[in-house]
Amino acid sequence: MNVPANTLAIARQSLLEPAGIDEHALSQLFARLMTARVDDADVYFQYSRHEAWSLEEGIVKSGSHNIEAGVGVRAVAGEKQGFAYSDDIVLPALLDAATAARAIAHEGGAARTPVRFENVAGHALYAPADPLASLADDAKVKLLEIVEREARAQDPRVKQVMASLAAVHETVLIARADGRLAADVRPLVRLNVTVIVEADGRRETGTAGGGGRQSYPYLIENDLARAYAREAVRQALVNLDAVEAPAGTMPVVLGPGWPGILLHEAIGHGLEGDFNRKGTSAFAGRVGQQVAAKGVTVVDDGTLAGRRGSLNVDDEGTPTQCTVLIEDGILKGYMQDLLNARLMGVAPTGNGRRESYAHLPMPRMTNTYMLAGSHDPGEIIASVDKGLYAVNFGGGQVDITSGKFVFSASEAYLIENGKVTRPVKGATLIGNGPDVLTRVSMVGNDLKLDTGVGTCGKEGQSVPVGVGQPTLRIDSLTVGGTQA
Amino acid sequence: MSSVIAPATSDTFADAAARRRLAEVVEIALAEAKRLGASQAEAAINVSQGLSVTVRLGEVETVEHTRDKGLGVTVYFGQRSGSASTTDLSAAAVRDSVRAACAIAKYTAEDDCAGLADPALLAREFPELGLYHPWNPGMDQAIAAARECEAAARAEDKRITNSEGATLSTHAGLEVYGNSHGFLGHQAATRHGLSVSVIGQDDSGMQRDYWYTVDRAPGKLESPESVGREAARRTVRRLGGRKLATGKWPVVFEAPVADSLLSHFVGAVRGSSLYRGASFLPDSLGKPVFASGVRLHEQPHLPGALGSTAFDNEGVATRARDLVRDGVLQGYVLDSYSARKLKLQSTGNAGGVHNLTLDPLGDAAGLDALLQRMGTGLLVTELIGFGVNTVTGDYSRGAAGFWVEGGAIQYPVEEITVAGNLRDMFRDIVAVGADVDTRGNLRTGSILLGALTVAGD
Repeated sequence: MNVPANTLAIARQSLLEPAGIDEHALSQLFARLMTARVDDADVYFQYSRHEAWSLEEGIVKSGSHNIEAGVGVRAVAGEKQGFAYSDDIVLPALLDAATAARAIAHEGGAARTPVRFENVAGHALYAPADPLASLADDAKVKLLEIVEREARAQDPRVKQVMASLAAVHETVLIARADGRLAADVRPLVRLNVTVIVEADGRRETGTAGGGGRQSYPYLIENDLARAYAREAVRQALVNLDAVEAPAGTMPVVLGPGWPGILLHEAIGHGLEGDFNRKGTSAFAGRVGQQVAAKGVTVVDDGTLAGRRGSLNVDDEGTPTQCTVLIEDGILKGYMQDLLNARLMGVAPTGNGRRESYAHLPMPRMTNTYMLAGSHDPGEIIASVDKGLYAVNFGGGQVDITSGKFVFSASEAYLIENGKVTRPVKGATLIGNGPDVLTRVSMVGNDLKLDTGVGTCGKEGQSVPVGVGQPTLRIDSLTVGGTQA
Repeated sequence: MSSVIAPATSDTFADAAARRRLAEVVEIALAEAKRLGASQAEAAINVSQGLSVTVRLGEVETVEHTRDKGLGVTVYFGQRSGSASTTDLSAAAVRDSVRAACAIAKYTAEDDCAGLADPALLAREFPELGLYHPWNPGMDQAIAAARECEAAARAEDKRITNSEGATLSTHAGLEVYGNSHGFLGHQAATRHGLSVSVIGQDDSGMQRDYWYTVDRAPGKLESPESVGREAARRTVRRLGGRKLATGKWPVVFEAPVADSLLSHFVGAVRGSSLYRGASFLPDSLGKPVFASGVRLHEQPHLPGALGSTAFDNEGVATRARDLVRDGVLQGYVLDSYSARKLKLQSTGNAGGVHNLTLDPLGDAAGLDALLQRMGTGLLVTELIGFGVNTVTGDYSRGAAGFWVEGGAIQYPVEEITVAGNLRDMFRDIVAVGADVDTRGNLRTGSILLGALTVAGD
C-alpha cells in the first residue's frame, strides 16, 4: 500500500474538494502571495476533529466533540514573516489572507509562482484511519469504567479516580511556493488516570497515562488502560509514605523513560534552530564542542512508528528524520524548520511544527531521547552513597538564554549507601543545561521511551512530543526539597 | 457563505448589528437543541480579531493578523449532558455541533448536579464596565511603537547585546452567551499590549528578561520608551547570578510573580478541587487560612480592568465579595455544578475569579520598604516550573532573584529552588506591599513570607 499517496488523496478530498480549491486556485493564491521580494510562502490547510470523555466519582459525566478547521497563509521575506489565517476555507477568504500576509514585503513586481504541484512523499508511521470511529461510544464509556474499577480494586485507600479518554483526527495539507504539496493524516489517542488516596487524614495523588498516533484499540489490546490505572494507584500509595525531600546539591539517579524530560528541557529547547540563529540560546555557536560526557548520544527522531511525537511530514511538508543532536558528548547540530535552516545555511531537519493553522510554524522537538549505554541500572544505584533516585516527573521548564532548567519529580526516593530507601515528597530539580550532561557519569543499558503523555509549550503553542532515556547518574544536581 | 464577523479594520466589529448576528447563531443552536429533545441547553460564541507586530533588532520580524471565531454548546437531557464546539458558525455547522453534543449525551451518565445555573442567579443588570476600546493603530504606527520600545531597551545599557524583539498587539473580542432559561448576554472587550524581551551579556554569560504593558484602553499603555528601559534594567541586573548556600530564609516575591501564590490559593478553594477531595484546604470555610489581617477580595465591576465582567460563563451575575477577611476564609470559588456538589450556591465563578485582589498588609509601601522589613533574605523575581501540588499543598519551584542584606540588594542569584507547603506559606505572610501589579486578573503587591527552604549549593 502506498500510504503517502493515499494520505494526499484523503487530504485533498477532505480539505480542498469541499472548498472547490484545485491546483489552478492554489496557483492563483500563490500569485497573490508572491512578489519579487517574497522568498518563500506556504499555505497550510487543516481539518481536525477532537473528542474527550471524562469520568469521575464512578461515572462518565461529560463528553465533548470539537471541530477546528482553517487555513494559515504565510509569506517569508528574509527574516520577516507575514501571516494571516481564515477559518473559512474558501478562495476569497484565502486571497484576503494572502494580501494581508504579503504586506511584509512592500514593493516588488510579480514573481515566479508554481503552476504545477509535485507531491512530497512522507513516511507511513501510522494508519490514517479516524481514531474517533475506532471504538463505539458506549465502549469508550465502558473503557473508562473499567479503568475506574481497576484503580479501586487495587487498594481501599483509593478515594477518587479521575480518568479521561481523548482522540484527535487531524488532516493537514501544505502547499509551498516551490510547488511542493505534502499531506499528513494524523491520529492521536490518549488515556489519563489520576487517583487520590487517603490514609490517616493524609491525601496523596498519582497520575499515569499514555497513548500515541494509534486508534483506541491500542489501549485495550495491550491492556494498557488497566495498567495505567494500577500505575497511578502505585504512585499515589508510594507518596503516602513519602518523607520531606532533601534540599541541596547531590548525586541524582534518574529512572528510564519519562525522566527523559531532562533532555527536553536541559538541551532540547536550547538546540532549536530559531534561538541559535538569533544567538539567544546558551548553546549558540557551540556546534563541535563538548556539551556532554563521553558516551552520551542524544537524538530527536520524528520517524518512530506510532509514537506521540512522530509525524510523516512536519507542518511545513518536510519529511521527519532522526537528527543527532549530541554524539558521544559532542554537539552535532540543531533542530530546524525551513526559515531558520535557510538563514543558517543548513538543511531543514523536519522539525517545523505549529499548533494549528492559526499559528506560525517554528522549530520544535518530536521524540527526543538518549541512546542506551552499558551500565546495569542496579549498578548505577549502587554507585551512590547518598543521593536521590527520581523515577516519575510532572512538567519542566527552561530559560534557554541563561540555560537554567527545572523539572519536577512526582515519585522519588533517597539513595543511602547504594540502596534505594525511603520515598520522598515531590521536589523540583534545577540545573544548568549546557553543563548538566557533562556531569553524567553512568548511562544505563535500559533505554525506554515514555508512554505517550508529553505536550510541549513554546511561545503559547502546544504540540505533542515524546521523550526517553536509559537510567542515568548525574553527579551533582540541585534538589529543591524542604529538608535543608 | 459570508462571514459573520465584520472585517478586521471595521468599527462595526461589536456594534448592535454584530451582536444581533451572533445572538441569532446562539438562537439557532438553542432551537436545534430543543428540537432534538434536550431539556436544557446553553451556547456561547466568541469572535475576535487582532494584529500582532514583532520587531527584532530594528527590523520587522513577524506581522500576524488574527481572526478567530468559535461556538461551544452544551445540552442536557434530564441529568445527562454533552458538549461540542466548532469554528464554523454557518447554520448547518452549528446544527451539526448541536447534534454531536446530543449524541454524546446519550452515553454520559445521569448526574444529579448537572444542569444550567439557577435562574434566580442570572445577571439582570449589565453595568457599563469600560472594557471595549477599539484601536486600529495601522501597520506603520504599530511597527513604530515596537521599534521605539526595542530601541529604548537596547540603548539603555551597553550590556544589552541582543534581543528577542518587541511586540505590539491589539485584540478585540465579542462574546455572546445564551441559555434555555432565556438568558442572553453579550460582552465586548479589547486588550492591547506592548512587550519586549532583551538579552544582556557580560563575562559571566547571557541573561534575558522582559517587561510589558497591557490595558483595555490603548491610551493607558505605558510609553514604549518606559517599557523598553524597564526590560533592559531588569535584564542587566541579572548578570553575574550566583547560587546560594542551601538554607531557610525569609523570602519576598516581587509583585509580578507574587500573583502565582494567589493562583495556587484559587486552585485550592475552587469547587472542583473541593468536591473531589483534591484540595489542601478542605472544609476551611470560616477558618483562618491566611495570616491575620489578610484581605483577599473579588472586584468584578472594576472599570476597565482585565478581569472585569458582569456575568460569568454560565450567565450568573458577578458581585464584589471578600474571599478572605482578616485571614479567615469567607467563601469558595464555585460554578453551578460544584456549588450543587457542595450543597451551596454558585459564586459567579464559572470560568474563574474576577480581579481577585490581595490588599496591602502592614505599613510597607513599596518593594524597597518590604526589603527593609525583611532585612536579610531572598527576593524572588522569577519562578519557573510546575512544582505545586494542590492535593497536598507541597510547593517547590525553580527561582531566580537577588540576595538581600540590611534591606538592600547585594547580588543576583539563580539556579536555586524555593520550597515549603502552601498551607504554611499563606499563614506565614508577614507583609504585602502597595506596589500592586494591575496587569492581570490576580492583583497583588510584593509579598514577604517568614521563611522558605532555599536549595542551592
